[in-house]
Amino acid sequence: TGSSLIGWMMREESWVDSRTVYIGQKEPPPGTEAYIPQRFPDNRIVSSKYTFWNFIPKNLFEQFRRIANFYFLIIFLVQLIIDTPTSPTTSGLPLFFVITVTAIKQGYEDWIRHKADNAINQCPVHIIQHGKVVRKQSQKLRVGDIVQVKENETFPCDLILLSTSREDGTCFVTTASLDGESSHKTYYAVQDTKAFNTAEEVDTLHATIECEQPQPDLYKFVGRINIYLDRDEPIVRPLGSENLLLRGATLKNTEYIHAVAIYTGMETKMALNYQSKSQKRSAVEKSMNAYLIVYLCILISKALINTVLKYAWQANPNRDEPWYNQKTETERQRHLIRAFTDFLAFMVLFNYIIPVSMYVTVEMQKFLGSYFILWDDDMFDEELGEGPLVNTSDLNEELGQVEYVFTDKTGTLTENNMELRECCVDGHVYVPHAICNGQILPGATGMDMIDSSPGVDGKEREELFFRALCLCHTVQVKEEETVDGIKRGIHQGKSTSFYISSSPDEVALVEGMKRLGFTYLRLKDSHMEILNREDEMERFELLEVLNFDSVRRRMSVIVRSSSGDYYLFCKGADSSVFPRVVSGKVEQVRARVEHNAVEGLRTLCVAYKKLTHEEYEETCHLLNRAKLALQDRDKKLAEAYDVIEKDFILLGATAVEDRLQDKAADTIESLHKAGMKVWVLTGDKMETAAATCYASKLFHRNTQILELTTKRTEEQSLHDVLFDLSRTVLRQHGSMTRDTFSGLSGDYQDYGLIIDGATLSAVLKPTQEVTSNGGNYKEIFLEICRNCSAVLCCRMAPLQKAQIVKMIKASKERPITLAIGDGANDVSMILEAHVGIGIMGKEGRQAARNSDYAITKFKHLKKMLLVHGHYYYIRIAELVQYFFYKNVCFIFPQFLYQFFCGFSQQPLYDTAYLTLYNISFTSLPILLYSLMEQHINMDILKRDPTLYRDIAKNSLLRWPTFIYWTFLGVFDAVVFFFGAFFLFDNTTFTSNGQMFGNWTFGTLVFTVLVFTVTLKLALDTHYWTWINHFVIWGSLLFYVIFSLLWGGIIWPFLNYQRMYYVFMQMLSSGPAWLSIILLIIVSLLPDVVKKVLCRALWPTTTERIQTKRQCLTAEQSTIFMLSQTSSSVSF
Amino acid sequence: MMASSYNAKDEDGHHPGSVGSGGPGAVKSKKPDNTAFKQQRLPAWQPILTAGTVLPAFFMIGLIFIPIGIGLLVTSNNIKEFEIDYTGVDMFSPCFNCSQSYSWNSTSACTCSVPFTLDQPFESNVFMYYGLSNFYQNHRRYVKSRDDSQLNGDKSSLLNPSKECEPYRTSDKKSIAPCGAIANSLFNDTLELFYIHPNGSRIAIHLVKTGIAWWTDKHVKFRNPGENNNNLSIVFQDTSKPVNWRKPVYELDPSDPDNNGFINEDFIVWMRTAALPTFRKLYRIIQKKKDNMTPTLPPGNYSLEVIYNYPVRSFDGRKRMILSTISWMGGKNPFLGIAYITVGSVCFFLGVVLLIIHHKYGNRNNNADIPN
Repeated sequence: TGSSLIGWMMREESWVDSRTVYIGQKEPPPGTEAYIPQRFPDNRIVSSKYTFWNFIPKNLFEQFRRIANFYFLIIFLVQLIIDTPTSPTTSGLPLFFVITVTAIKQGYEDWIRHKADNAINQCPVHIIQHGKVVRKQSQKLRVGDIVQVKENETFPCDLILLSTSREDGTCFVTTASLDGESSHKTYYAVQDTKAFNTAEEVDTLHATIECEQPQPDLYKFVGRINIYLDRDEPIVRPLGSENLLLRGATLKNTEYIHAVAIYTGMETKMALNYQSKSQKRSAVEKSMNAYLIVYLCILISKALINTVLKYAWQANPNRDEPWYNQKTETERQRHLIRAFTDFLAFMVLFNYIIPVSMYVTVEMQKFLGSYFILWDDDMFDEELGEGPLVNTSDLNEELGQVEYVFTDKTGTLTENNMELRECCVDGHVYVPHAICNGQILPGATGMDMIDSSPGVDGKEREELFFRALCLCHTVQVKEEETVDGIKRGIHQGKSTSFYISSSPDEVALVEGMKRLGFTYLRLKDSHMEILNREDEMERFELLEVLNFDSVRRRMSVIVRSSSGDYYLFCKGADSSVFPRVVSGKVEQVRARVEHNAVEGLRTLCVAYKKLTHEEYEETCHLLNRAKLALQDRDKKLAEAYDVIEKDFILLGATAVEDRLQDKAADTIESLHKAGMKVWVLTGDKMETAAATCYASKLFHRNTQILELTTKRTEEQSLHDVLFDLSRTVLRQHGSMTRDTFSGLSGDYQDYGLIIDGATLSAVLKPTQEVTSNGGNYKEIFLEICRNCSAVLCCRMAPLQKAQIVKMIKASKERPITLAIGDGANDVSMILEAHVGIGIMGKEGRQAARNSDYAITKFKHLKKMLLVHGHYYYIRIAELVQYFFYKNVCFIFPQFLYQFFCGFSQQPLYDTAYLTLYNISFTSLPILLYSLMEQHINMDILKRDPTLYRDIAKNSLLRWPTFIYWTFLGVFDAVVFFFGAFFLFDNTTFTSNGQMFGNWTFGTLVFTVLVFTVTLKLALDTHYWTWINHFVIWGSLLFYVIFSLLWGGIIWPFLNYQRMYYVFMQMLSSGPAWLSIILLIIVSLLPDVVKKVLCRALWPTTTERIQTKRQCLTAEQSTIFMLSQTSSSVSF
Repeated sequence: MMASSYNAKDEDGHHPGSVGSGGPGAVKSKKPDNTAFKQQRLPAWQPILTAGTVLPAFFMIGLIFIPIGIGLLVTSNNIKEFEIDYTGVDMFSPCFNCSQSYSWNSTSACTCSVPFTLDQPFESNVFMYYGLSNFYQNHRRYVKSRDDSQLNGDKSSLLNPSKECEPYRTSDKKSIAPCGAIANSLFNDTLELFYIHPNGSRIAIHLVKTGIAWWTDKHVKFRNPGENNNNLSIVFQDTSKPVNWRKPVYELDPSDPDNNGFINEDFIVWMRTAALPTFRKLYRIIQKKKDNMTPTLPPGNYSLEVIYNYPVRSFDGRKRMILSTISWMGGKNPFLGIAYITVGSVCFFLGVVLLIIHHKYGNRNNNADIPN
């Protein structure tokens, strides 16, 4: 999609910085400006890759871009053109099969994407046309259309808010699926259009919008609206991001809105935050391609050697053309290109060394193997009634290679479900759960520092604290029966009402208060009504609200009680409240707050001060002056707040829990133990995110937190901060050994890093400045990250998440990354990471749809990686190595044979054997192995995450292993060939003196070959189910039966009968049997010895566990036997 | 051979809620079936190759292979084999003249007789082979230069042979039967054996010329065209003889109709192309004497009478005549016996090495701490 955008940009001849949108598609009054119609794309979202028409050419092109497929195509064409030892069908048929299977698979996957796209593109939207509401398909929406959106509907494109059903022209929106914040945000209609409330009115609106061209930053928007009310000069109003409703966000708590579309389709900010879907390649596939190149070189050198030797050999004309073997006229003539065709013929003869069928088998293994994820009962979620989804099966084995896990926080680690856990008033702890009949029982924990019975004064303070929490918030009450995300019903009489707020914490607090006996009822005529414990209504007049902002990190309200007292209640982060407190039990509260923060709870402090009437008047004055200021309003307001919010009396603190997902902490610990680094990337604010990190054991109590945040970089320059941090980390690093289990051994300092979006973009900004260490910021930052066991990135824009993933991906170790998230804001990182996992959560299906795998709960990641990933990796690693091995065994004798047949490209084996070797004789055992193999039991893998380290860094596909397998293959091939050679050498095999020919020789080699490679696999199999038995012994039997049949009949459709009775004649000879057995054992011997020696002398963890299990079962039987003996002795 | 421990997993099909939370009854529509296969919990045998488990296998192989090897070697050594090169490369060799004066078209046959002595008696049936060296019967151009359907008696192929036979497909605008390079280069030396009795008389040894080709080749794969028409000259009348042949295919053995034409056994033997450039082919069988008392070939002086037709000097080839007895395991081949003894000993040795390793390291590993 990104590329299509670029394509669109290219088409636009002159790049225009801004666009003009004519609201309702109406032209402006003449004379204002020249009407330049701009072409905008329609509102179609395209995530699919192919269309019906371009599928075949595009898919073929993409498939032949794979070097393997291209190579096979070339071989096939060569076979068609020149005279080669084997027929074109031997390579054409498998190639055709591969291409077709892949095309069908990719076509099917794309068809599913098409269906999903269509579902989105065809969902109805309401458009105002000629004063009427018209239903249209979403994809037909155009820039300039006026759209009506009703409550709980999702915005179909990026819109400028014109008017809402609310008087004040505001609406509430949740952008959960965009940035992960589930809180409600307030958006504002343009002041001059908010009166256009109904469809008819909106239609009369005459205005144009000028705005910047689409850009991916969700929080930035600049534009202006020109409203032509009369014939006069238009009214110009600025537009900012507070007027812009983004596609993907959902309208909440507002009946309807009218808005005008400005960015549509692929130009919406959501779409721009998507990344183009590029084909992901797994590390295994990369190794495979590397091996392929090695084999290609081997192949070419083999063919070259043979060609050269051939010409050297036949320099003697009596060898080239002895009297018994004359050439035809045509063969004599083409002397110049003859050498080249000879080379190609050798290539064709040896081309089986690069197995076509490997790609088919790998493809099938991945496709079929992915069903084990789908079928997994452990990953099935009863609540949702859904199991995991596999969107691409190409990456199964990558799940076993993950080094970095990037996880979203809200909805991924947490349930996105806040709850008040406790409050602490003057050091007395109250737990809402422990309420009996309205009587508060002090919490049982953490009471050691305070006296357990609060006095009369305490009681008063306590109630004041509860009232403060009931009053100091911006919660709205909605009395309706809708059930949605973060709202929960409070049953009040018969009607159900919900608390709604832009902050879920506030909802949790107010609800918690309700459980503690103080119910906030409503805001009525600027009076807040509270039901206290005695079920009496208390009314407070709400005078001022000092809104929350992230710099102050607190909010305040000023209320007047019914008795006429003025109160200022303030709640905020401990760091912003404590300095402003003059009295109260600061020490106790602080201790409790710190304790809670470590527990991973989100803490807030509550303080108050009483105001006299005069003070209130003064405050009012101060505030109003600031509010009326035209310039620097924000700054002046901040100054006013600063003056007002001081000299507090501390009341207490609250602790809210964002419930972690089930077993999230356990999962993260397992991932840590498995050697993965876990990063949390969230759009949420730092405190919240940090609390979650503590709760989910990402940060431990003894983790030293390094902060790289805006707050710090304001004090120091980024340069200094970075250097400070890297010095801290590296000092530690010097004394630390590399392979210490991170976070497990407590003898060294564990670091956690917190960075926020703004700082990150500063770090990532390309700098010219080269530091004394020679690296730029990015490298220092990476160095710091590398030494931190956990990293938390907060305040991230979706694209920034992807940037981080990209940065880690590109760092010099090239680690394998996994991104997991549940919202649309995670899509970009899901697409960027090597493996993207979506969580099917509350925030829609966007992440799940764009992911490679989708699961229902974060905890399932553990089984996904530790069990499935591990299995898939060892399976495919063996599959790849074995495939190359068996084809070396297959082709190398053929190469050796050339030395004894005058380099004439004479195949050693019959065509049927050449074709079927990879397709049927040796294909099923390895396929089934790669589906069924379990070198260690699932339960052990799950219990012992450290086993994951055994396969880290693609360890089973490293070059030494590869070379070992290749040499094993060469050794076996030499054994086959020369074994048969010396047996055949000038002697008779049969008891009737008759001789065998070259086809018997080839068949003997081939029989040994098939048995050896199959038995080699049998030796590697650790998990013999009946299926493995069936397939391994079955394919050997099939080979024998096939050979009997193939040689048993004169096949009328063949123009040669060279195999007639060859196999039977061979089997009727005793020495042939003896030599087959001998050669099989000789070929298998070195591998068995190597395996046994390695296991005995240098066992890996995996092998130790295998052996241990073995011993346990053996011991059990020994004990059993012993007990039997002893019992028999005792009798 | 491998250590075995049967993994007794009884959760096949319907294991309790410890793994999945779904009971047997509460299966929802999308919920996967909880079968052992789908949960990857099929009962399985989980063998592991350890020093302890392969030890017995190694000793077993050693114990079985060494006696077999000794048996094979003894059998091989008991086989009598005699080989004589009659190419005539050497000036003083009897066939030197024949090998020099060679022409395909010469009508007069060049004969030479090669004397030789057998030191030991050859018991039982004796097999007579001719051997060629440096003759590439396995050259690709050569191997494919034949038409199996023509040889199978197919009429249309007889008159229109496969293109693979080029350049030995047609001559004089008639199709060649049998076509192709293999047939064209049929070995056409005639070898005869004479026993020189100590009293000086030459006794011709009876050479049987049937039973030298595979039964299936003779009776199924190779067939004369024209079904039961015994007059082969009529059947082959529209064809031409191979260029290098002196006589047409229907005159290969006029004395025996079952050994004439395509089903001539010398021809069939030649048509089975050899695997390696040095090869031997069965030529004749000397059947053992009826009385069983005297050896088939008693020790003494013999003479090999050669009608020398087949030129090999041009490509540095050699021609040999081999006499060999045969055991149950075929001809003389010490390699197999030696290989068996060697492999058996290596296995035995490895078994000992593994035993030591197993004793030294086996216990250590088992008791080694395994991180949990």
